[in-house]
Amino acid sequence: MIRLAARRVALFGGVYSNYLALEATLADADAAGVDEAVCLGDLGAFGPHPDRSCEIIRAAGIPVVQGNYDHSLGHDLPDCRCGYTDPRDNAFAALSYRYTYAHTHPEHRAWMSGLPARIRLALGDREALLCHGSPRRANEFLWESACSDHFLGWLLDEGRADVLCVTHTGLAWSRALPGGRRVVNVGAIGRPANDGDPRVSYAILTAGDDGGPPRVEWRRVSYDHAALALEMRAERLPEEFIETIETGWWTTCLEVLPMKERARGRF
Amino acid sequence: MGAEHSRPRLRPHADTGAAPVLEPGHLDALWFQVTGTRCNLRCAHCFISCAPDNDAFEPLSLEEVERRLEESVPLGVREYYFTGGEPFLHPRIVDILSRALEYGPTTVLTNGTLLKPLQVEPLAAAAAASRWSLEFRLSLDGFDPCSNDALRGAGAFERAMAGVELLLAHGFLPIVTAVETWDPASAPEVQRRLVETLKAHGYSRPRIKLMPALRIGAEAARSGGYGEHDRVTHEILEGYDLGQLVCSHARVVTDRGVWVCPILLDAPDGSLGDDLARAAETPFALGHAACHTCWLHGAICSNPGSAAPESAIPREAAIPVPAALDETAP
Repeated sequence: MIRLAARRVALFGGVYSNYLALEATLADADAAGVDEAVCLGDLGAFGPHPDRSCEIIRAAGIPVVQGNYDHSLGHDLPDCRCGYTDPRDNAFAALSYRYTYAHTHPEHRAWMSGLPARIRLALGDREALLCHGSPRRANEFLWESACSDHFLGWLLDEGRADVLCVTHTGLAWSRALPGGRRVVNVGAIGRPANDGDPRVSYAILTAGDDGGPPRVEWRRVSYDHAALALEMRAERLPEEFIETIETGWWTTCLEVLPMKERARGRF
Repeated sequence: MGAEHSRPRLRPHADTGAAPVLEPGHLDALWFQVTGTRCNLRCAHCFISCAPDNDAFEPLSLEEVERRLEESVPLGVREYYFTGGEPFLHPRIVDILSRALEYGPTTVLTNGTLLKPLQVEPLAAAAAASRWSLEFRLSLDGFDPCSNDALRGAGAFERAMAGVELLLAHGFLPIVTAVETWDPASAPEVQRRLVETLKAHGYSRPRIKLMPALRIGAEAARSGGYGEHDRVTHEILEGYDLGQLVCSHARVVTDRGVWVCPILLDAPDGSLGDDLARAAETPFALGHAACHTCWLHGAICSNPGSAAPESAIPREAAIPVPAALDETAP
């Protein structure tokens, strides 16, 4: 188990090969004065040229939690294990996985196989547990409208943590629980948040003063999404994925969304 | 980490001939048999033979539901499901669902034929006020009266579509569940026509969940049930994702205490006593045909996105085949 310590940390996940958003996110976090940045997993999927994101992350020496995608690529598994159940969603996932597997250098895949499933972070005097889906399962979806407070409290109890940070769903949210405890889904920087805004999102957590709970700051990041869309077309990636990058609305992988989250989107 | 201890696992065994015994993981889902086994319909494929005159299980009172919701809090239950029978036969169903929405995500499984504005309107208000989703799962087994009503009874299709329209008018996006009673070869065509039908009724982005037919209850008489060899064995559970078995993460509250699984109400050993905390930890022998169904199809009772399957690849194909992945290589 990797242990880190910080007072101000940038947490992002779901890079999905969007290396342009990754560069913009790291620049934004740097400008915001963080003393650590951690990636919560899923370097590949949806986007073009997966090696570029790996190179940026590795050159920057950023700690990475293993996402389900990284686990699958690292272990030569035949699918991404994203956890979809709908045939159309799974068909798009398979297409994306085949492209990403074929274009990820074996050396990067070997590196992914050794990534940790969880990272612990001392955030001031609060203990944060960082993972991809949930502490018990990399591909568990923690949706805002589908997790009771007492369930989230149980996850924190089991993880012996004050703060739990996850990604995997692609939608950012945060829930304060009794006792200053908190669960944060940091969203994704690889695709927009299904709200018609092409910018992507991540979170900065800052240790509370005088032992108080950490503060959560949401960051929306602009990047050259038109350039990414051009590269995706050149790679003949599905037009549905490109539309999401251009418009900010999800067009695939929608059937796992609970009703509240689904109703906010266009499709 | 602690969560390791909350994973479901098989009890170590000596005799491979006996049914495998599953020690459950964390109680994620609490089901309520809210109207017992009473239903206004008498579907030919019902897995627990619910009907207007089936009183094997009685409805739950609002007070009983409230007591169980309260008991579920220290157990860390993630979400609640309400089923029957037909939940909208219950005179207090609006109060019951509204109450559940104060505790967590709530799903109701309905045939949609009894929904009234007087019920849907206050539920829309309760759902808007809650931070959690209220999911309607609406059963429809065909894309027209002919295919649907053959299973669900005359007039069921038109009434269910009226239910869909009513839910849409109040901002709900029902998950239409259809049991795959058709020839597998015609499945894409059936699904296409189902989507078309729902769109024609104003559902522009229909959410559809296809369910396998469970050949138990009334359906056993219709399709012949399972053979004696259709049972879960230690062998077939090797390398299997136990989290896909509903009893690994769910229990059912009935008027007769807590039961192991929504499709085992007819099984005497499905009863796990009255104490929810104890029932949540009670191991269960996977000796039923229903258990085989669950093994085969995996977590079909859960909402999509709730119990993520480990892999989208069918088990028999779940071996590493990296060479096949290289077909898109330049």
